Amino acid sequence: MGRMRKLLIPGVDKKLLVKDAVKLMPDLTRRRFITGGASFGALTLLTGCDVIDSSSAETMLAKISKFNDAVQAWMFNPNTLAPTFPESAITKPFPFNAYYDLDDAPEIDGKDWKLEVRGLVENKEPWTLEELYKLPQVKQVTRHICVEGWSAIGSWTGAPLRDFLQLVGADTRAKYVWFQCADKDGYNSPLDMATALHPQTQMTFKFADEILPRAYGYPMKIRVPTKLGFKNPKYVISMEVTNDYKGGYWEDQGYNSFSGS
Amino acid sequence: MSSLAVSNEHAASASTGRVIQPGWVRIVHWINAVAMILMIMSGWQIYNASPLFNFTFSRSITLGGWLGGALLWHFAAMWLLMVNGLVYLVLGFVTGRFRRKLLPITPGGVISDTKAALSFKLSHDDLTKYNYVQKLLYAGIIIVGVFIVLSGLSIWKPVQLQWLTALFGGYDAARYVHFICMALIVAFLVVHVALAVLVPKSLRAMIIGR
Repeated sequence: MGRMRKLLIPGVDKKLLVKDAVKLMPDLTRRRFITGGASFGALTLLTGCDVIDSSSAETMLAKISKFNDAVQAWMFNPNTLAPTFPESAITKPFPFNAYYDLDDAPEIDGKDWKLEVRGLVENKEPWTLEELYKLPQVKQVTRHICVEGWSAIGSWTGAPLRDFLQLVGADTRAKYVWFQCADKDGYNSPLDMATALHPQTQMTFKFADEILPRAYGYPMKIRVPTKLGFKNPKYVISMEVTNDYKGGYWEDQGYNSFSGS
Repeated sequence: MSSLAVSNEHAASASTGRVIQPGWVRIVHWINAVAMILMIMSGWQIYNASPLFNFTFSRSITLGGWLGGALLWHFAAMWLLMVNGLVYLVLGFVTGRFRRKLLPITPGGVISDTKAALSFKLSHDDLTKYNYVQKLLYAGIIIVGVFIVLSGLSIWKPVQLQWLTALFGGYDAARYVHFICMALIVAFLVVHVALAVLVPKSLRAMIIGR
């Protein structure tokens, strides 16, 4: 919660945001977006509450977003595969997208990097990139859909996450796999277990048959074709199997947490 | 209560006591008005994050402040819009209102009533009967309403509801369908509100029923 507060205080985070994020979120204070709605009298109509009492609208929207998480979890069919496409459909160039410029993307030395595995797993040994590359890999050509609305088709190759979870003896009855990343400001994101076990959810090491470039998350990204793009973390440094909802970089700022496609 | 209102609608006592818009129609109409405005204004903010055309909507007429806020509003108001819309469709068919008020729509009737409307000769003496232009627009906007919900669902769930997304020609095409439906609804809204102001007793009927 402390981190969330920090993000909400105007002025503090603005200098951390590059122009892309600023364009999307001209004002990070959530109060402001609520008053934007309040000024239209919509809140009074919807909640019957005092228009100035913006926190009640915030609470209402957060509750409905939680309800939408439950609806989407119910709609999620573990056997429904995301549509796949021929290689000719791949979007070129595939867009780089983050809340910072490419110049600020993490520069990770693959020789030093290790994937930490924590939480409800039997084997907590960290994994080197060399070890991970030896896992059986599969390729998928699927559509990446951004929360902003645009989409792009890409080719990702890597190890199915469910195979890896099995390999490390993860308790797959746990609720989440929580990923932490090397992005500036510490990107992280929770993934519900049902989605983590989906056959197309992948620990990705290659894009378009080449070692994952820095722009797309070297050395490892999690490709989840049944989720919006921000639920596909890049530059992953650790995963934790947990029953606790630990929040996420965008989720804490208001993006719907399930965000399933 | 609504069945009483419906039977009142039939009552031929053509004078003052006659209910023009039954209670259930008035309730779903105004809930729909709120839901539509919330959906359109938050939708414009969402559009701004990744515009389909060479323009964006002024922030002064959008809802949510930023993409995340707009999405929260959009995915909250969608329940209001969908549940209310379903109630409207079910009652519209079950009570026979759609058949009685909106049918038949004949090309000849539409053409002559359009001509009459454009020369300000269209009569509004009996508000219980829609003219052919009204029939066409009201029936048409119901269909647009169905399409905007279905295209919205196919943008929201292009994997789980991929058969629906495919019907719209894929994810990207569904975004355009969703936008065009919004534009049609906004165009309808402009005409609808303008005419309600020109014929104030129609607005009164939608508020107090008569």
